[in-house]
Amino acid sequence: MKAKNEPGMTLIVKTITRLTVGLILLYGIYIVSHGHLSPGGGFAGGVIIALSFVHLMLAFGKDVALKKLSMSFAGLLESMGAVMFLSIALLGFMGGYFFLNFFSKKGLPFHLFSAGIIPFCNIAICLKVGAGLFAIFVSLVLLYKTDE
Amino acid sequence: MTVVPFFIIVSLGAAFLISVFGKHYKRSSDYLANSACFILLALSLYTLNLICKTPNHILVYRVGGWIPPIGISMVIDCLTPFMLITVNLVAFLIAIYSINYMERYTDKWKFYTLFMLMLAGMNGIIITGDIFNLFVFLEIAAISSYALVAFGTEAEELEASFKYAVMGSVGSSFILLGIAILYSYTSTLNMADMAKAITQKGPAKILPFVSVLFLMGFGLKAALVPFHAWLPDAHPSAPAPISAMLSGVLIKVLGIYALSRIFFNVFGMSQAVSRIFIILAIASMVVGSILAFGQSDIKRLFAYSSISQIGYIVLGLAIGTPLSIMGGLFHLFNHSIFKSLLFLNSGVIEHSIGTRDLKKMSGILYKMPVTGYTTLIGALSICGIPPLGGFWSKLIIIFACIQANHPVLALIAIFVSILTLAYYFKAVTPALFGREDGQDYKSFRKKASWAMNASMIALATLSIISGLMLVPNLGAGLLKDATSVLANGISYANLVFEALK
Repeated sequence: MKAKNEPGMTLIVKTITRLTVGLILLYGIYIVSHGHLSPGGGFAGGVIIALSFVHLMLAFGKDVALKKLSMSFAGLLESMGAVMFLSIALLGFMGGYFFLNFFSKKGLPFHLFSAGIIPFCNIAICLKVGAGLFAIFVSLVLLYKTDE
Repeated sequence: MTVVPFFIIVSLGAAFLISVFGKHYKRSSDYLANSACFILLALSLYTLNLICKTPNHILVYRVGGWIPPIGISMVIDCLTPFMLITVNLVAFLIAIYSINYMERYTDKWKFYTLFMLMLAGMNGIIITGDIFNLFVFLEIAAISSYALVAFGTEAEELEASFKYAVMGSVGSSFILLGIAILYSYTSTLNMADMAKAITQKGPAKILPFVSVLFLMGFGLKAALVPFHAWLPDAHPSAPAPISAMLSGVLIKVLGIYALSRIFFNVFGMSQAVSRIFIILAIASMVVGSILAFGQSDIKRLFAYSSISQIGYIVLGLAIGTPLSIMGGLFHLFNHSIFKSLLFLNSGVIEHSIGTRDLKKMSGILYKMPVTGYTTLIGALSICGIPPLGGFWSKLIIIFACIQANHPVLALIAIFVSILTLAYYFKAVTPALFGREDGQDYKSFRKKASWAMNASMIALATLSIISGLMLVPNLGAGLLKDATSVLANGISYANLVFEALK
């Protein structure tokens, strides 16, 4: 059932989305933060986080999703992700080398707070990939050519 | 030593900072891009100085402190500063030109972001010592160039960009496949280690197969003749600074530099491969110049002439004697200078006369003296008129053909040189010198701005004096050292491992 002129999909989809979208977002964050311990990482997690917003857009229409994360903010996040990745790499010069893993020599297996710069790199990649994918999806939606 | 990764840091950093600030602060993209290009040029000159002082003329940078072949390495040998100077010099002058030229497009900051990304990709290809890293940088440069070709977003530009993107992706997948097979054969991705493993394992049937894959992939990026179809569409469609960038340096770095690095330093040049290269080179030279005859679009003419000149460079490299390699590299430098000059000129001409059709142009020399004379210098240099730069490099290549007992190749090179002279004469002379009655040339208003003129004059001066690079103590050392890197072939691996000790 769908009221007339209401954007998005039917009530069933909207209800399910309301329940699952948070879980998808959380799962994405989990994948990113455990990138150095388990399969996955910044890229995969970033894609999942972007998909949670895409999901929102599919179910509720583009305005709801764009209110949560606007196009220009996504663009800013994407650039910030890249700048962050580059500055992490630059911080390696503290130890003398570009991209040096400067604050821990050895990671501890199965410990969340280990592996030095790798979790931070994952977060930067997640910002870049997630915001980038979302921006690509939004541009495909907004720049859709109509026959008018 | 620490300077090595800054070629990537500066260009990537500038690209992303422009994308953060460029949208809100209009002038910031100009300042950031131009200062980044200037820093890159200064760094390349500094690297040249650095490499001359190093005992073995080789520097290996360990990224992240990991020892190659485990980690990624960046290798600077004598060929690298030569290429870096070529790329960053042309990029710097083009960035200056773009300040005013790109005003007629919206979203100039997007242009600069993509421009800097492309530059990062090219610098990365030149300094990397890791074959997969080379692929990644190649994709960065190639994908940003696809977007830049479509920058005007007119139908023609989008079509050219789509064609370029499809063909470029096919080329890239051949390269990736080749790298994957090579990785499974040698169990390493470091180029020096790979060269060592290939020599130890001896000749195998997999190598010719990989060679063919690389030949197709990099040959497509270099626009050698059977793979050239994207170039005559992509180069004219792009904005003039990008045409200059693509034709001036991109096809050389992505195509010829990567090709020669892999075939000379990793595989070792064999007789068979060299013969294939010679055939492709001859085909490019002849087909490119014959196709250029029928063109009346100024940028398309230059694009076809690029294909023909790329043939000269590959011919020089393929013959494989030190003299011919030197000729090839010297022609690479010369061509990147005068071809980018000609494309920048074509941008000014298109901007002020409003057409790219050579038949509708006349008296450019009188309307816009700076553009006219620099075009004349570029055209004379590409035709090989002494004492301009192009003459010397073609002369060396022709001498090298004779010296290596290939008189037929020398004859073909001379013949194509005459063809070049003919089609430039036919096309450019009426546009430059032709006078129409009743036109007031003195009061022609739409002239290029001073920044555009400055970069064109700088390039023209360079193409006049580049013959001085052959003078000992001026530039001959640079050319000779760059040549020796390729001429020494797979001893590159030993040098890299010695430098690591």
